[in-house]
Amino acid sequence: MLGELEKSEKAALSIAVGFLLFFFGLLVYAAKGMNIDVPTCITDVKPFTEGRIIQHSPDRYEVHYLAYMWAFDPMEIELPRGATVDFYLTSKDVIHGVHIEKTNVNMMAIPGTVAYARYTFTKPGEYRVICHEYCGIGHQDMMAKIIVK
Amino acid sequence: MKPEGSVKTVIILEIILPIALLVFGIYHGVLQVLYRAGIIRDVSFLGIEYYQGLTLHGVINAIVFTTFLIVAFGNIMFWYLLKKPLRASVQWVSFALMLIGTSMAAWAMFTGKANVLYTFYPPLLAHWTFYLGAALLIIGSIIPLFFDWLPNYVAWKRENPDKKVPIGVYGIFVNHIMWVIMIVPVVIEILFQLLPLSLGIVEEINPSLARTLFWAFGHPVVYFWLLPAYAMLYQILPKLVSEKGALFSDGAARLAFILFLIFSFPVGLHHQFTEPGITNSYKLIHALFTFGVAIPSFLTAFSVAASLEYSIKAQYPHLRDSLFAWWTKIPYVSTQGDKWVVSYYMAGLFMFLIGGITGIINASYNLNLVVHNTAWVPAHFHTTVGGLVTLVFLGMSLFFLARLTGKEVKLKGLAVLAPWLWLIGFAIFNVAYSLAGVEGMPRRTNMGLSYSNPDSPIFAMDWMPEAIAGAIGGTVAGIGFVFFLVSFVATLLSPKTKEETLEFPVALAYHDEKMPALQKLTPWVVFSCILFLVSYIPPIYDVAKRGVFFDSPGYNDKSPIPVTKPQSAKEQGENKEVSIK
Repeated sequence: MLGELEKSEKAALSIAVGFLLFFFGLLVYAAKGMNIDVPTCITDVKPFTEGRIIQHSPDRYEVHYLAYMWAFDPMEIELPRGATVDFYLTSKDVIHGVHIEKTNVNMMAIPGTVAYARYTFTKPGEYRVICHEYCGIGHQDMMAKIIVK
Repeated sequence: MKPEGSVKTVIILEIILPIALLVFGIYHGVLQVLYRAGIIRDVSFLGIEYYQGLTLHGVINAIVFTTFLIVAFGNIMFWYLLKKPLRASVQWVSFALMLIGTSMAAWAMFTGKANVLYTFYPPLLAHWTFYLGAALLIIGSIIPLFFDWLPNYVAWKRENPDKKVPIGVYGIFVNHIMWVIMIVPVVIEILFQLLPLSLGIVEEINPSLARTLFWAFGHPVVYFWLLPAYAMLYQILPKLVSEKGALFSDGAARLAFILFLIFSFPVGLHHQFTEPGITNSYKLIHALFTFGVAIPSFLTAFSVAASLEYSIKAQYPHLRDSLFAWWTKIPYVSTQGDKWVVSYYMAGLFMFLIGGITGIINASYNLNLVVHNTAWVPAHFHTTVGGLVTLVFLGMSLFFLARLTGKEVKLKGLAVLAPWLWLIGFAIFNVAYSLAGVEGMPRRTNMGLSYSNPDSPIFAMDWMPEAIAGAIGGTVAGIGFVFFLVSFVATLLSPKTKEETLEFPVALAYHDEKMPALQKLTPWVVFSCILFLVSYIPPIYDVAKRGVFFDSPGYNDKSPIPVTKPQSAKEQGENKEVSIK
């Protein structure tokens, strides 16, 4: 069937398919080879009802973020430079989102579920933790902070 | 061909009503960028709240405007290209249902009872009239397919067994079949989750399941908006740019539509990459299919460019060997005859080039982590649905309105400048919001109260340049729409000068490949449905069984106290559920 197409069209089609497959290959490499992956379901962590910061070792932390209308628990976290953090996220009420600026941590907070991401803070500074999903009239003020020293 | 009977009236109403509503939709669009730049620092402006206005902007522009015009364009294409009359009763029922549905949803939105944005994610809850209204609009829009277009298509095929249906009819027909398939998940979401919850019949629903059902509709729907524009690009544009214009390849155009039919559905999870409760490998598979759906758009980009080149060179033989000089002969800004409408197509195509590339970035799995729910996303879709789709729809609505009412297009100069202002405005907006998005500026946020307000403790100085540039861009685009509107209203109010007609320029194919496998649609439709179902069984199982621990009661946008169930009862329920798991 494709044989009927004009020569230049076949070429355009092949180039498009080739490019897309190449891009897709790079994405899979980034996900599996470099471990830059998207959040997934955490069936061994139940949805929690309060936020927590747990320090496992000098540079290993676990943070439980609880999103609710219209704040996060905890609102402020101080971390040493180089800290690796396991972020767990859930919502107490409606759907919220979390985006830690300048990082790849970007997750939805959905009630009844827990999202997970890991990040190592190598650069000191203040990171905004932004609610990026509309969650009602107070959404625009819903921002927490991470301070890396 | 003279349009007889009251069907003509229905089509004219289906053009005027969405344009009238679009005035509200675009007004609230311009307000968005003003709020976000801190020019308006309030919860509301002239009695309409920010998030209420954002809901109006999204629902009117993306759902109501598009659906009405797609039905109107479909009616015109089927009527004129197949030369078979449409049934007045069918058309009036369809229009009445769409009108009632729109009125119900509009009432809920304008009275502030549905501040849920056009994605209406539960557990945020709207008044039940909003959901029922949306459902009626959708149902009204599929009636012409079943009772007018399908019978006419079958009858035409019987009378012309050896001929292919015209490409315009083919595209519209495939598109509306896709529409019928894609509405199934959202109708399930509305009937079994949102309506029962908003009416108080159930107290809790699963929000992850609702999101998954929504996006099983919410991504295919962008192709439902896009394909009528493609159909008109193939069928009409080449003949508009030159008298000797032709579609470069009929086979490639049909192949593009079939590829859309296959790849439009197994893609919705690319809106949910950052979501818990869904296994990553399914997200990756949907990412691959989303790359697949880029193929017909690449094919269209090639076909349209080749058609333009062929059409221009057919008329200007001395440019036959030119590589780029033929570009200058495209009537980008011409008021001669029907050529004014070419400006809408060309501005739209330039915008779509950017939209296509940013779209592939969005679909790119882990790359999405950088841009998900940031200002990048509105920057992207204002060059796709807000670019090619809106511009072609605006241009063709004025084009057909003038013909159906027997009037001349008035103030053509304004009408020709409108799409270019729109393009310039959105080019500024796109660059500004794309940069801001990469820097983390969230979408859908009343930044005038916080990030863009120097009095707020979370004032974000670093985003201000982009926010202000976005406001300038949005305003320029808004002025472009005013130019169009003035020409549209002037045309509507001008006296009738000629016979009403349905006629429009029809481009034939330069390469008219047979491709018999593409002429029978049933196997492709069946294959597409199976792929849709198979690609969604695992993620639906995930969000229904594995990844979600308990259901949620409904909330309104003003209070953290649930509206469908008392807080204490909810917490008890939670504890019980968790202990079982």
